[in-house]
Amino acid sequence: MSEITVTVNGQPRTAEVEPRLLLVHFLRGQLGLTGTHVGCDTTSCGACTVLLDGLPIKSCTYFAVQADGREVTTVEGLASNGQLHPIQQGFHEEHGLQCGFCTPGMMLVSKALLEEIPDPTEEQIRWAISGNVCRCTGYQNIVKAVQWAAGQMQGERAATD
Amino acid sequence: MYPASFDYSAPETLDEALGILDRRGDEAKVLAGGQSLIPLMKLRFASPGVLVDINHLQGLDGLDEHDGYLHIGPLVRHRTCERSDLLRQRYGVLADTAPQISDPIVRNLGTVAGSLAHADPQGDWGSALLAAGAELEAQSAGGTRSIPLSDFFNGPFETVLAPNEIVTLVRVPTPTGRSGGAYLKLERKVGDFATVGVAVQLTFDDGRVGRAGIALTAVAPTNVTAAAAEQALVGQELTAETIAEAARLAADAAEPRSDLRGSADYKRRVVQVFTERGLRRAAAAAGVAVGGQGATGPESGPMVAGVPRVTPEAARPPAEGEETFSGQETVAGVMDELRRKEGGPE
Repeated sequence: MSEITVTVNGQPRTAEVEPRLLLVHFLRGQLGLTGTHVGCDTTSCGACTVLLDGLPIKSCTYFAVQADGREVTTVEGLASNGQLHPIQQGFHEEHGLQCGFCTPGMMLVSKALLEEIPDPTEEQIRWAISGNVCRCTGYQNIVKAVQWAAGQMQGERAATD
Repeated sequence: MYPASFDYSAPETLDEALGILDRRGDEAKVLAGGQSLIPLMKLRFASPGVLVDINHLQGLDGLDEHDGYLHIGPLVRHRTCERSDLLRQRYGVLADTAPQISDPIVRNLGTVAGSLAHADPQGDWGSALLAAGAELEAQSAGGTRSIPLSDFFNGPFETVLAPNEIVTLVRVPTPTGRSGGAYLKLERKVGDFATVGVAVQLTFDDGRVGRAGIALTAVAPTNVTAAAAEQALVGQELTAETIAEAARLAADAAEPRSDLRGSADYKRRVVQVFTERGLRRAAAAAGVAVGGQGATGPESGPMVAGVPRVTPEAARPPAEGEETFSGQETVAGVMDELRRKEGGPE
């Protein structure tokens, strides 16, 4: 067993883990953060996407021990003070989900995208979400949701400048 | 899926890592990006006794050019290559390959050197780096040796690396003069392995081909160089004829197997088409015009393994209303072209 301390959604969490424990099972099983989904379990679908030090990774293909000393953001870390994150609001406004299974991963890759490119083109959005599979929406409304969030976040930035 | 149990070590120095590898021999595996190794462990195709996580080692993530070489450190991620201006300016085949590796999330973790050490014949970097003429440095507790990439692959998932060695550097000679490259990949969807991939890197000398690198993905037991095609181009001007001949020779170098992604004949034909397109794109990237457009049509051309010779695209104007694509087999390229066509998505 190894002792690890991972900062999850801003909170340091310390636990004893077997090295073979995958990050997704650490998050879901030990921390109870079930917003991170297990989809294909083969590095293909992106349902288990979380942010590791701000970058999207597939948490089914990463050991919890590797995250020792690092920061992980899950979908539970998006909202703050009871307010939805603009990306969550965008998925609500533009109906960017149907069953919701892929949604946490879609929102987290979108967060990383908008931090790198605040005003992405449609192509850049489609490129960014190309590692995340959605079997309901046909992606159209997901793209619109990200565009909505980009507009909202730019508006917020302009308002605070 | 749960991997079998293993010991985990996260050394802080390369010497420490090499010491563990030396002691544990072939029960040890190096963990870099883990994007191939961890799936193999989950499927229980691999059950290493100890994982040596090299992500804590300092100074191994450099991507820079000095002493006539591009140096790719063992912790350089696909993501870094995808965003590198240096690669875009001078190492066209590598810049073209990076955004076609797996998907954007995997590219945040996966490494170039790890991909080579994994030696999947469907891997993309092997071909791109063969075309670029790369060599590796491998280090063990006993010392360091250089290995030309052309001597590195032994077979599917097998390399000449000893169990106690780590790839500590990938080195690519800096092209001199006009150069350009391209990587063309046929995949069913983003994130899928290549059905076929063709890597091309050309250096020109006074309008003629000085060095030609052509390598193939997913059509042989390892990534392979199309040596006869390369040799046929050296000293030649690029014309419709020399391009078609090189493409024919490249198709001959492929030993594809029929599988769920396509028949052997289909894949061989894709190699031929992609080699033609790749050579044209590499020449365009180098700013070198392709001469002699008097190409042969499918009727007059010889057959390659029962497949009619494919007409070079530029030689045949599209018929009225015919759908044509330029060969940008990427999401970006296809989206771009669809948008320019009437009725395409806005």
